[in-house]
Amino acid sequence: MIDKIARSVADAMAGIPDGATVLIGGFGTAGIPNELIDGLIEQGACDLTVVNNNAGNGETGLAALLKAGRVRKIICSFPRQADSQVFDGLYRAGKIELELVPQGNLAERIRAAGAGIGAFFCPTGFGTQLAGDRETREIDGKHYVLEYPIRGDVALIKAEQGDRWGNLVYRKAARNFGPVMAMAAERTIATVHEIVELGALDPEHIVTPGIFVDKIVRIDRVATEAGGFRKAA
Amino acid sequence: MTMSYQRRTKDQLAARVAQDIFDGAVVNLGIGQPTLVANHLPAGREIILHSENGILGMGPAPAAGHEDYDLINAGKQPVTLLAGGAFFHHADSFAMMRGGHLDICVLGAFQVSATGDLANWSTGEAGAIPAVGGAMDLAIGARQTWVMMDLLTKKGESKIVAQCSYPLTGLGCVKRVYSDLATLECTPAGLKLIDKVDGLGHAELEQLVGLPIAP
Repeated sequence: MIDKIARSVADAMAGIPDGATVLIGGFGTAGIPNELIDGLIEQGACDLTVVNNNAGNGETGLAALLKAGRVRKIICSFPRQADSQVFDGLYRAGKIELELVPQGNLAERIRAAGAGIGAFFCPTGFGTQLAGDRETREIDGKHYVLEYPIRGDVALIKAEQGDRWGNLVYRKAARNFGPVMAMAAERTIATVHEIVELGALDPEHIVTPGIFVDKIVRIDRVATEAGGFRKAA
Repeated sequence: MTMSYQRRTKDQLAARVAQDIFDGAVVNLGIGQPTLVANHLPAGREIILHSENGILGMGPAPAAGHEDYDLINAGKQPVTLLAGGAFFHHADSFAMMRGGHLDICVLGAFQVSATGDLANWSTGEAGAIPAVGGAMDLAIGARQTWVMMDLLTKKGESKIVAQCSYPLTGLGCVKRVYSDLATLECTPAGLKLIDKVDGLGHAELEQLVGLPIAP
């Protein structure tokens, strides 16, 4: 019998090694799997490379993982935000390495890893600092930069509902990086707010088929908090 | 010298941009000033707003007390979804840009060159923490990239330049600049005038920009 349901967060996180590359879903606070990040802090793996769109909001979740000194390097598109003080401090102190990647390249490089693509030519960033010294090519009069996949040892993502085969649906714009990260890691762990019987999810509406998911953990629903912007006074 | 012309206010500028967005267009409004354009979309035109975090058919901010932080825009502020709207993942969202499916994107800028190079993600200041987000993908992805900005810096220097001195976001990607004083087209041959505020002479505008502008 296939049963991907983990009894607890701790159960799902067991065995993540030091030095792992961890893909973490979310855009700002939407879709951030805070419970899994707390589980990773508890679990103790260090010297991590984290891939996320941002670099933590406030003091909890990804910011707490950074603050705990577990992250050697972060690969993201938009670290600097109104509430990214934890990352800002570490970066200024030279205690964390940053690889800045345009947001669409981040998504596509992750997708490429999940889809078995060795590298791809992408127009984004051509002629800019962020193209670095990577190979470029002109194809049909347009300029492209060679981009390599970003693969994860582990992906931590947040979904809405799942079943024991690991099929997932998401909630609103909290979907963001979840589906591509699920494809791109050796082991994908997802939280859901509801576990349903096989067949209960409409097969026409399943967003991430269970083949991309290794463990799902049910968590209580907590309203997503605001983050990433400065509130008007 | 007394000025014989008035700058467009931020709302007037947003309305000027909105006036050029055609019925049926799919549009991405960048973070900051471009967001204001949404408040001025002409009645009677059906325009679909795209948000890079995975929304098509984005609606206005929710009423106080109805915020849902799983439904946010690229600036991470709460929004709503219109009937017919859709959610999708990030790779699809950026495929919509790069794949040429987005009609227009409106971005802010630090500098734009006469031939349409864009600098809007970094001032290159030493010690600043860099952040790029979707700026580079949007700049080269949409069928038309429009910039919305003040023509001059606070010091009175033109933000339209022969060559950007700030780090580039994209090469030759800006088609139009909507500014508080004039609307200009960037072409491989340089700037071309679309319109300017009343009372501002052509020669005076060229002097402010410091570059020739084809009438």
